[in-house]
Amino acid sequence: MHLEVFAEGNSFFHSLDPRVKILVFIPFAILCAISKGIIIPLLYFMLSLTFILIAKPNLKVFLNRLAGANFFILFIWIFIPLSYKSNPYISLGFLKLSYKGLEYALSITLKCNAIIFATIALLSTSTIFSLAHAMLHLKFPSKLVTIFFLFYRYITVMHEEYIKIKRAVLARGFTPGTNLHTYRTYAYIVGALLIKSFERSEEIYKAMLARGFKGFFPLFEHFKLKKLDVAFAIFANFIVISIYLLGIYK
Amino acid sequence: MEKALIKLENISFGYNSFPVLENINFELKSGEKVGLIGPNGSGKTTFLYIIMGFLKPVSGKVFIFGRERKKDKDFLEVRQKLGLLFQDSDSQLFCPTVKEDIAFGPLNLGKSRNEAKEIVKNIAKVFNIEHLLDRPIYKLSGGEKKIVALATVFAMNPVCYLLDEPSSGLDEDTRNKLIKFLKNHVKTCLIVSHDRKFLKETVNKIYILKNKKVSLYQDF
Repeated sequence: MHLEVFAEGNSFFHSLDPRVKILVFIPFAILCAISKGIIIPLLYFMLSLTFILIAKPNLKVFLNRLAGANFFILFIWIFIPLSYKSNPYISLGFLKLSYKGLEYALSITLKCNAIIFATIALLSTSTIFSLAHAMLHLKFPSKLVTIFFLFYRYITVMHEEYIKIKRAVLARGFTPGTNLHTYRTYAYIVGALLIKSFERSEEIYKAMLARGFKGFFPLFEHFKLKKLDVAFAIFANFIVISIYLLGIYK
Repeated sequence: MEKALIKLENISFGYNSFPVLENINFELKSGEKVGLIGPNGSGKTTFLYIIMGFLKPVSGKVFIFGRERKKDKDFLEVRQKLGLLFQDSDSQLFCPTVKEDIAFGPLNLGKSRNEAKEIVKNIAKVFNIEHLLDRPIYKLSGGEKKIVALATVFAMNPVCYLLDEPSSGLDEDTRNKLIKFLKNHVKTCLIVSHDRKFLKETVNKIYILKNKKVSLYQDF
């Protein structure tokens, strides 16, 4: 599976040091998540939109990802305005929508999208491997990093297995219908997927052990911090923190 | 003149703008036995996947049984009548037991359960795998998987066989049996292999896939 669609490219963000990107992303995500009201999340949203414009991701894939994430936010728009106990109401027949609830839903939507935009612009523009690598450099616990990396590795394995099985089924002229043969085939596909992924993962693990794997990935290449990286880290963090302070002292 | 079973016209294909095949023309007529060789990574498996419709060419046309095939729907008939052996037998097998895997193809072709059982029995006899029939797939050895994978393809009695490295991992005995079977029972096939000896015994002409082009291999 090609999960790193945004990692190919040559924008400013692609050339940044992944450590710097993580160091900008974490304050951004935390401060954006705990900010209140509409204005501050809107500012964060505009900042992350600028990031996206700089990162220039493939528009179609980008919108596709957004649609997936915003599907869940849709439910917030349904439930919060209807269930928020606060005046004044807008009455639509027997439905009562709370202004406060609408405001709250809008705030959540802005914050979520701001963080998604920032994730895509900052994190997705690096490969998973270099992110894992950068996390080790930043002294994240190596167990956590290994889990993160293997998690990614094995999703890919499972997806590869799925594609293989699908091809095997199609290659022998399978057409789904409403019959026992079809249901049984689907059950076999799921069963085979589990067994094969498990086997493959065991094999990969053996291959890693055979090459002296001790529970963590040794660092091989080292990143080089450029002046531009440092400048971006300071500048971006300055903006991120200023926006937050603006929210407190306005 | 014999009608072409498989005809590729000006096919180009690439993975993420990395070109693999460029303006390929290829024809396989009914009754022809053809080998395909080429260096590692030259696109032999890609070539087979395009014929089966698993990969869609960037440009060019695929004609199979005289009709142009574009969508997945057009390829259903193709997949039922062409027998593809995957290079990695683990890709081929997915049912819990050997017997069910062999019966899967015939059942898709609309055979009844009893007919399918009969086919399984006959095929098992030909490949000498009667003792494996009730074994779970994932407990087979690498070579055994290869034989079972071959058996699942032959059980469908396809019009044309597309075999991706059928001889790799087989012992002498099984290999000879496969050669004999290909000689006697198979009319049309396209065999991808690095094994020149095996090809010499099973096919009449060899194409080579090199530098994104297919050409007739003269040195045969």
